[in-house]
Amino acid sequence: MAYRFDFSSLADYTPVLVQGVATTVGLTLIGGVLGVGIGIAGAAARSSGNAPLRFAVGSYVELIRNTPFLVQLFFIFFGLPSMGVRLPEWQAAVLAMVINLGAYATEIIRAGIDATPKGQIEAGASLGMTGPQIFRYIILGPAMGKIWPALTSQIIIVMLGSSVCSQIAVDELSFAANFIQSRNFRPFEVYFLATALYLALAVALRWVLARLGDRMFRGGARV
Amino acid sequence: MYNFTLWDILSNLLLAARWTVLLSVIAFVCGGIAGILVLLARVAPLRPLRTAMKLYIELFQGTPLLMQLFIVFFALPLTGIETSPWTAAAVALTLFTSAYLAEIWRGCVEAVPRGQWEASASLALSYGEQMRYVVLPQALRIAVPPTVGFSVQVVKGTAVTSIIGFVEVTKAGTMITNATFQPFLVYGLVGLIYFVLCYPLSLSAKALERKLNVAR
Amino acid sequence: MSLADQSVSPSARPLVKLSNIRKSFGSVEVLKGVDMAVQEGQVVAMIGRSGSGKSTLLRSINGLERIDDGVIEVDGECVDPSQIDLRALRLKVGMVFQQFNLFPHLTAGENVMLALKVVKKQDKAACRAAAEAALSKVGLGHKFDAYPSQLSGGQQQRVAIARSLAMAPKVLLCDEITSALDPELVNEVLSVVRQLAEEGMTLLLVTHEMRFAREVCDSLVFMHGGRIIEQGPPAELFDRPQTPELAQFVGMVEAR
Repeated sequence: MAYRFDFSSLADYTPVLVQGVATTVGLTLIGGVLGVGIGIAGAAARSSGNAPLRFAVGSYVELIRNTPFLVQLFFIFFGLPSMGVRLPEWQAAVLAMVINLGAYATEIIRAGIDATPKGQIEAGASLGMTGPQIFRYIILGPAMGKIWPALTSQIIIVMLGSSVCSQIAVDELSFAANFIQSRNFRPFEVYFLATALYLALAVALRWVLARLGDRMFRGGARV
Repeated sequence: MYNFTLWDILSNLLLAARWTVLLSVIAFVCGGIAGILVLLARVAPLRPLRTAMKLYIELFQGTPLLMQLFIVFFALPLTGIETSPWTAAAVALTLFTSAYLAEIWRGCVEAVPRGQWEASASLALSYGEQMRYVVLPQALRIAVPPTVGFSVQVVKGTAVTSIIGFVEVTKAGTMITNATFQPFLVYGLVGLIYFVLCYPLSLSAKALERKLNVAR
Repeated sequence: MSLADQSVSPSARPLVKLSNIRKSFGSVEVLKGVDMAVQEGQVVAMIGRSGSGKSTLLRSINGLERIDDGVIEVDGECVDPSQIDLRALRLKVGMVFQQFNLFPHLTAGENVMLALKVVKKQDKAACRAAAEAALSKVGLGHKFDAYPSQLSGGQQQRVAIARSLAMAPKVLLCDEITSALDPELVNEVLSVVRQLAEEGMTLLLVTHEMRFAREVCDSLVFMHGGRIIEQGPPAELFDRPQTPELAQFVGMVEAR
């Protein structure tokens, strides 16, 4: 291979890359928090007694899990305006990420809820707690602790998947990489660096979420 | 301006969907074969090899498929291979698939109880023989549902190849949208086509898992 | 105390000879220099509390635990810590486990035939004949095509014994082979072991079945804290323990 790497021309574009990383982190942060919120609500709905609600949430989950994120993003950004819903780029990106993560999180959290021992629920009921109280105070914590590693992996997948948001001109990390390589004509180096940054973000995110899980659900994971 | 009927749109999308299917099958089959090699190296009784494969898997699981596509797209020409979006897509998705499948299968190999290794060792089987006759047959059984489940990720992953210009169903959707100005309809149909491809796979993965749980 | 059992001529070369076996797990030394010899045809039980090192010692004899120091010699095959290929040793040493460890994807017959085919490279007919003979020997000739999940625990353990026997080992190691069985299934397994002992098979057992040990074994080895501290004929050990550790152990066992 005669190719010579030359990363020197990238130095000028540091602000662009920093902006890209910041946007990717921001998208992931908002998408992650809201997506997990949707997941908890969805999981609660799926284990509720209301059959139409269960069906609706089930359909949402299957629809999202069986179509690509890129198509969901295009549908929201390009398709919805013809229905009168016009979102700016980054809002469309966040919405797509929330909807996407929400579906996976629903499924993951539901698995945790299903693993709750019956005796726990009976003990709560025998103390006179209502259904929602039992869910909130008895089921949710240990369930989240149990599925936290799976949820962490899914949040990382969504973060990595956000790279396709460059296609609707959200100025995240991939967009920054595309922009730079169109200027300096060094695509190999640029994508190499961007990939390394994604990897670093993934490692950092995993670390942060592991700490967070330890703090929030201490004991819950060791049932 | 030429007027597109619903059938025009759908038939064009379906024609493009053939490429989605073909790419998925190639990535899944080649990725599966490569995945077996990665798996064997990942669990080999040879630490450097295990570490190398661990890094390989983490690299592909820790970076976006889009970046992998770009790098393969720009790296292949350096090795003298003529690069079209098609070859770049097939190569990148194969590597991507091999890493994920190897990791899924590693979990299955590790789920085989230690006693099985010990019993076969005490019968004087070599490492290779233990793998082939005792461990892999058992791991294979539990590997089927998650493997089928992962095929859904491969099909969906092919959508990203539209970004490097491979004309599969998502790219076709974009092109048709540009001609018809009906993004809601076109992307809706694109989504539907993916759903029709993926949902049966998801369902069978679930059914297989249920069957396995009953059998145990 | 001589290493060889008194009843056997001291000039006979032992079939199994362990010299200065040492093994640590992390900072915990579980075998602190064990010497032991077993003559051909002897039946030896290792007894002692859990954690005394008896299972580790047994497992080291066919290389399931790698020893840190010492030499294991079985019928002329030597193993020391530097040795990596254990195949030759394992061809001479069979092992039966507490948890049976039958291969669940293979029938009883296939369990027995696997190593004959793969390791000994015997042809199909020979494998089948040997497997049928081994299964008949443990009273399960009619279960050739049954899968492990279709057999009781006692039957599974007997298949496991047949699987080891078919390889014609010089010595058979039994690691608490009745501990995982329901009480009513223990005897069918023990009677197979008893039969093997009567036929002259060299057996090394780790067991908690003291009555069985007393009736069947030629010699007992009492382990405590990673060492052998007493050994000899069962009656002697049980009736006249020389050390307070063994006295306490015997008292504990008999109180049960």
